[in-house]
Amino acid sequence: MHAKPSAEGSLGSRPTSAREYGPVLSLLLVSPLVLLLVGGFLYPVGKLFWGSIFVPEATFANYARILQEPLFLLVLWRTFEIAFVVTALALLLGYPVALAMARVPGRAAILIAACVLIPLWTSVLVRSYAWIMLLQRNGVVNNALIETGLTETPLRLLYTQGAVIAAMTQVLLPFMILPIYSVVRNIPDDLVRAARNLGAGSLQAFVRVTLPLSLPGVTAGVLITFILSLGFYITPALVGGPSTLMMATLIGQQTTELLDWPFAGALAAVLLAATLFLVVVFRRTLAFNKGFKLG
Amino acid sequence: MVNSAAAFLAALAIGLVLFFLLLPTLIVIPMSVGTSPYIEFPPRGLTFKWYEAYFSDPDWMAATWFSVRIAVATTMSATVIGTLAAVALVRGRLPGKEILQAFTLAPLIVPHIVIAVALYLVFAPLGLTGSFYGFVIAHSMLAVPYVVITVSAALQRFDQNLELAALNCGATRLQAFLHVVLPNIRPGVAAGAVFAFLASFDEATVAFFISGIEGKTITRKMFEDIDFNLTPVIAAVSTVLTLVSLVLMSTIEIARQRSGNGRLG
Repeated sequence: MHAKPSAEGSLGSRPTSAREYGPVLSLLLVSPLVLLLVGGFLYPVGKLFWGSIFVPEATFANYARILQEPLFLLVLWRTFEIAFVVTALALLLGYPVALAMARVPGRAAILIAACVLIPLWTSVLVRSYAWIMLLQRNGVVNNALIETGLTETPLRLLYTQGAVIAAMTQVLLPFMILPIYSVVRNIPDDLVRAARNLGAGSLQAFVRVTLPLSLPGVTAGVLITFILSLGFYITPALVGGPSTLMMATLIGQQTTELLDWPFAGALAAVLLAATLFLVVVFRRTLAFNKGFKLG
Repeated sequence: MVNSAAAFLAALAIGLVLFFLLLPTLIVIPMSVGTSPYIEFPPRGLTFKWYEAYFSDPDWMAATWFSVRIAVATTMSATVIGTLAAVALVRGRLPGKEILQAFTLAPLIVPHIVIAVALYLVFAPLGLTGSFYGFVIAHSMLAVPYVVITVSAALQRFDQNLELAALNCGATRLQAFLHVVLPNIRPGVAAGAVFAFLASFDEATVAFFISGIEGKTITRKMFEDIDFNLTPVIAAVSTVLTLVSLVLMSTIEIARQRSGNGRLG
């Protein structure tokens, strides 16, 4: 007898109830979670969106305002633009690292993994602060530029779009590298070797074997990075300036400074709708228990 | 040789990306021990006065302890709630299981700014901003998906025959769970607990919105000081935060390597 345990619970002579928890007990076990998520998540978020339409009276004026005022459309456009550039840069910089991490032997792979994981485990706030120290007028980068004679006067690096993009790319890079790595790692070496034996050059073997097989990892990495960039608050708020205002910062301003809850709710609804649209379109890459382990 | 030149260039490019990745984490350490009150690299003297300033400042200490208390309470509540839910989601006969799984992951997908603003809207009239319980509710909600994910993974690897054997030998369901299932999934539960602790301790966006004038977390205090009062004390605080994260996460990683699941990602 070698009954392998399976999630469905194989039937046979044993009662299913031993392999599965009954519906009543199961409901009892999930109820604290449901209570927490309804009270701490669904109700507040629902109330925010409800307010965007029904406070003080039923109207879509808040949504119409987003479409009418050029500033809001500009912020929306800029958010997508920055998210797109950050995702593209992360893919460009991250893919070779993921590939190396999967292919390089022994110690070197551990070293690369450490370089990827250490920043992932460092608080986003700390890293944003580090970028301020690097990019300030008298910061590390400017001092280095002046010392090497590349520039005479310090450059304005902080509070620019470039600063936001550099910092966000650095923060999100591990989220691109890890999903690609976990897919590339499982591509058998034999396939590449076979391609080489059949006469493909290393470039051709990469383009025709490794690259197509790594696409699921690329899609997952791109999706996670893009979604996280859309909602980024801390980094743009600290290293960006008024000319780099993004959706999250705008939503924050509407609530803390202008106290315009209904409008903040409308902006939040637009941001969430964009995020959910992406998730639904690419749902399969975010399947439960599969590669969605964020640090 | 074309090939070795290409290999050298590839290694150089990867080295540069790794440098870019590590630089922000590493730069705060020399800054925290430099004598100058301004940003200076490389730092001239060596001093621990910024650490002293941090540890002797009542505001910083209050914020730190507030964060630690919240993180400990969040770890306990998220670990218990998440573990129970994972058992039901993996093993239970539940109607609408898939919807429930998606719902569990929702706090990871919804942008934190949306959650932060929504919580502020609900907490402010209830007087829950800046309150310990408000934070524990908010952070438990944000941390619980990590626990559900890690414990679910552990449950799926667990050999159910062991539990069946215990039941056949006369154990009750509860006894079998406590004495057979739980010890076997302990690494997953422990990893979930560490994730929960860090999810709370490092969390900044929600903390920014639901902090009060009195009840301030360490991340909220840091955010304020970075914005208005940029001193090397922040570098010292940053280094402490980084060390806490690195030590906790390395412990998980080492434990995982030992238990034979030494794969990342």
